[in-house]
Amino acid sequence: MAEDLKLFRTWSSPYSLRIVHALKIKGLEYDTVLEDLSNKSESLLKYNPIHKKVPILVHNGKPICESLVILEYIDETWKQSPLLPQDPYEKAMARFWAKFGDEKVLLSIWSAFTSQGKEQEEAIATTANNLKFIEEQLKGKKFFGGETIGYLDLAFGWMANLISIFEEICNLKLVDAELYPLLSTWMDNFSNDPVIKELWPPRDRMVEKFKAMREPYLSKVIV
Amino acid sequence: MGSDGVKVLGAWPSPFVLRVRIALRIKSVAYEFVEENVVVSKSELLLKSNPVHKQIPVLIHGDKPICESLVIVEYVDEAWPSSGPSILPSHPYDRATARFWAAYLDTKWFPKLRAILFGGGEETSALEEVTQGLVWLEEALILKGQNLNFFGGEKIGYLDIALGSFLAWVRVVEKRSNVSLIDEDKTPNLFKWAHHFSTHPAVKDVLPQTDKLLDFAQYLIAKLGPSRTTSN
Repeated sequence: MAEDLKLFRTWSSPYSLRIVHALKIKGLEYDTVLEDLSNKSESLLKYNPIHKKVPILVHNGKPICESLVILEYIDETWKQSPLLPQDPYEKAMARFWAKFGDEKVLLSIWSAFTSQGKEQEEAIATTANNLKFIEEQLKGKKFFGGETIGYLDLAFGWMANLISIFEEICNLKLVDAELYPLLSTWMDNFSNDPVIKELWPPRDRMVEKFKAMREPYLSKVIV
Repeated sequence: MGSDGVKVLGAWPSPFVLRVRIALRIKSVAYEFVEENVVVSKSELLLKSNPVHKQIPVLIHGDKPICESLVIVEYVDEAWPSSGPSILPSHPYDRATARFWAAYLDTKWFPKLRAILFGGGEETSALEEVTQGLVWLEEALILKGQNLNFFGGEKIGYLDIALGSFLAWVRVVEKRSNVSLIDEDKTPNLFKWAHHFSTHPAVKDVLPQTDKLLDFAQYLIAKLGPSRTTSN
């Protein structure tokens, strides 16, 4: 029986991708509503009046917003192929690191991508510190979730998608395979996993998009 | 400390620490409270237990540290499932709603509340945003049902803890800026809720007194200068 499921997303949003992958892992069918964020639909604004963002999962007409909240909702509603660990401590760790990823790592990498000169050097140094913590979390594991992709892999998935794109555009190495062997391997394993691979947004379009996003930052005066 | 002992590294003014204390009290879990004076310096134990953020609160259960207040609250709910009532709602949709609002409070709302207090020139727009947030929360509370005391329904729950932990700071801002944020006329349900929350047995002995917190706020502002406070 098909669920009444709708996902509002954009073609490239890494937060939306988390949900696309989660739904795939759970084997769930759903309708997609592709949004243009420069021209948000009535429905988007109705379902997410507070943040006016994607992704939004609408289940039986009821909206759930915020990607990490949606991931937990999906995991709690459909019990097959669990995304989060059962053990309370392991669960707490997964949630902690996901938050760290969104609040600190993403910021430092975005800063490294968009800044220049001294500011960029500082952002790179901060990134390096952040990545060291993540590298440690992969000790003895193929994925953050263990043998299979789980919540934290999905939460960090944007790294596997975007870092090489940022590196290409900036001509910068952010995740050196020698310094971060486990993380580099994870990025490959994640990207090449059949569930993930088929749903990756087209790379050339992503490069084009992020080059354009970087432009306004380049025209700022270098300090 | 025994293999199951519980320690909380915290500070009495912190709303984030308060969340942890309330959660443990709901579950009747005994814990040792270690008061950190993070304004002055951070203890070895804190730095070792939270190397990533170096912040309070930290819950140490046996030898395992857990950090980030909302992560800790969910942990407490799951680690002690039968020693007290549930903190998170039972239905996935209600859980998602509660988590959504808690995330909004931490990422959008509280930084604005702090901005009203600590200045930096954003006070007016910050006040508008804080007020708007409270209107949304008033609506969310009404949606739950008119005669229910808490966001959690008849009992205190996750969103009550997430929002209620800021109550004393709301009172400080009201006093210092001479505004009414949780207002009997504008947000009548929140107004009643605030009373239920602050008099709840799990809350009343750990909720900071407004005057004491106001003194602390003045001290912090003087010490750190306007708009230079760290988030907790």
